[in-house]
Amino acid sequence: MIEIQDIHKSFGDNHVLKGIDAIFEPGRVSLIIGGSGSGKSTLLKCIVGLHQPEQGKVYFDRQEFTQMDSEDRVSIRRDIGMLFQNSALFDSMTVEQNIVFGLDMFTDMSKKEKIDRANFCLERVNLKGTNKLYPAELSGGMKKRVGIARAISMSPKYLFCDEPNSGLDPATSILIDELIQELTGEYQCTTIVVTHDMNSVMGIGEYILFLHKGEKFWEGSNEEMLQADVAELNNFVFASPLMKAARNTIK
Amino acid sequence: MIFHHFGAYILLLRKVFKKPEKWKIYVKEIFHEMNEIGVGSLGLILIISTFIGAVMTLQIAFQLVSDLIPTAVIGQINRDSNILELGPTISALVLMGKVGSAISSQIGSMRVTEQIDALEIMGINAAGYLILPKIIAGVVMMPVLVVIAIFCAITGGLIGGTLSGAVAPTDYIQGIQGGFNGFTVAVALVKAFIYGFIITSVPAYKGFYVRGGALEVGQAGTRAVVIGCIAILACDYVITALML
Repeated sequence: MIEIQDIHKSFGDNHVLKGIDAIFEPGRVSLIIGGSGSGKSTLLKCIVGLHQPEQGKVYFDRQEFTQMDSEDRVSIRRDIGMLFQNSALFDSMTVEQNIVFGLDMFTDMSKKEKIDRANFCLERVNLKGTNKLYPAELSGGMKKRVGIARAISMSPKYLFCDEPNSGLDPATSILIDELIQELTGEYQCTTIVVTHDMNSVMGIGEYILFLHKGEKFWEGSNEEMLQADVAELNNFVFASPLMKAARNTIK
Repeated sequence: MIFHHFGAYILLLRKVFKKPEKWKIYVKEIFHEMNEIGVGSLGLILIISTFIGAVMTLQIAFQLVSDLIPTAVIGQINRDSNILELGPTISALVLMGKVGSAISSQIGSMRVTEQIDALEIMGINAAGYLILPKIIAGVVMMPVLVVIAIFCAITGGLIGGTLSGAVAPTDYIQGIQGGFNGFTVAVALVKAFIYGFIITSVPAYKGFYVRGGALEVGQAGTRAVVIGCIAILACDYVITALML
């Protein structure tokens, strides 16, 4: 479980996050949604420790993460898997080397065990046989899947995804969403996804945290979201004609 | 502003010199970087130092030689200039352009594409993993390159002097053997060691803290080379003043 309390973050005079509280439960996919510039990626970076919030606390299974020094953070970070917006694969390494990198660094597994683990992870994301390819040889969707394979290679307790569907076609986006949902159930990990893709919200949003101008405006499930009476949330969710049609059908 | 950067540079070095997560991986990276920095720069160093040695011989011959000064002096001056100054410093300035810009753009592009964030999320000391092997490779390979540069420059002087007729080969060889002080080589190696540190650490710092995109990565590379060159020349003066 991840709990955040009263998170504030500013960049200069720009107060990006204004006191965000939330609880992200294990075994379910939690989504942080909001318009561009609402602070969702900043919140995710505060949670994983890439940004230090000025105020507020982040707890990973009741261990306070924000005040830990870098050595203590390492033990928690080894349980974290993260999929970045642009995949952030290591350019100079092959797909296999990307996946086994964490195992190389932190385990004493034999070479065969590591390759077996890489093959398992690649099979899990339907990319069997791509071991020796370099990131530059992969499509956007394949890179995302390799990113997921790398994230799960260490069997994470916490999985973070920063806009996993950006730049992908709808079919691949659904595939990635399904994969994230399956893996969350499989590893019983606490999964937090930052997105503004409404297909993802409707498809996998078991818990949704809506941010608007750096403030928490609403939280609930995707079904509750359709009934919510919050103007800012409705303006965001029902911005597209498709979602408007969905709302009318429900009504 | 200068103090801010200097402070941030020192803090980065503190992170760089933390105990590695796994030495085996670092050693592999060190050998890789030694190949990139050392072997990869060998051709450039060979060509530049040979020509510098040849040109130096001609200029010394033009400026110094009269009936009262023996031509063997040309070899002696060329040898000492190359050992003390041209071998280490010119090599360092050239490598700052080649190796320094490559390090800055490599680390900078890793920063803007979130690869450094990915390392940190995995619990890896990104500064240590990316920069320490480069610094070790730099301080190991730079003295080797400088010794090769000095040898090439002295040989280049012999070839240049002989081809132009500025000095007879026997006189030149007699000159480079005469009045040799081994301490000058020690000065050259100290310079090379420190330059190796500057050439790798300054661009790594500029790349590590770059913000923005491709444009900023390029700008960081340019700044790294400029700052690195100034640092090399400043250290050149300090080392020379302290050791000679």
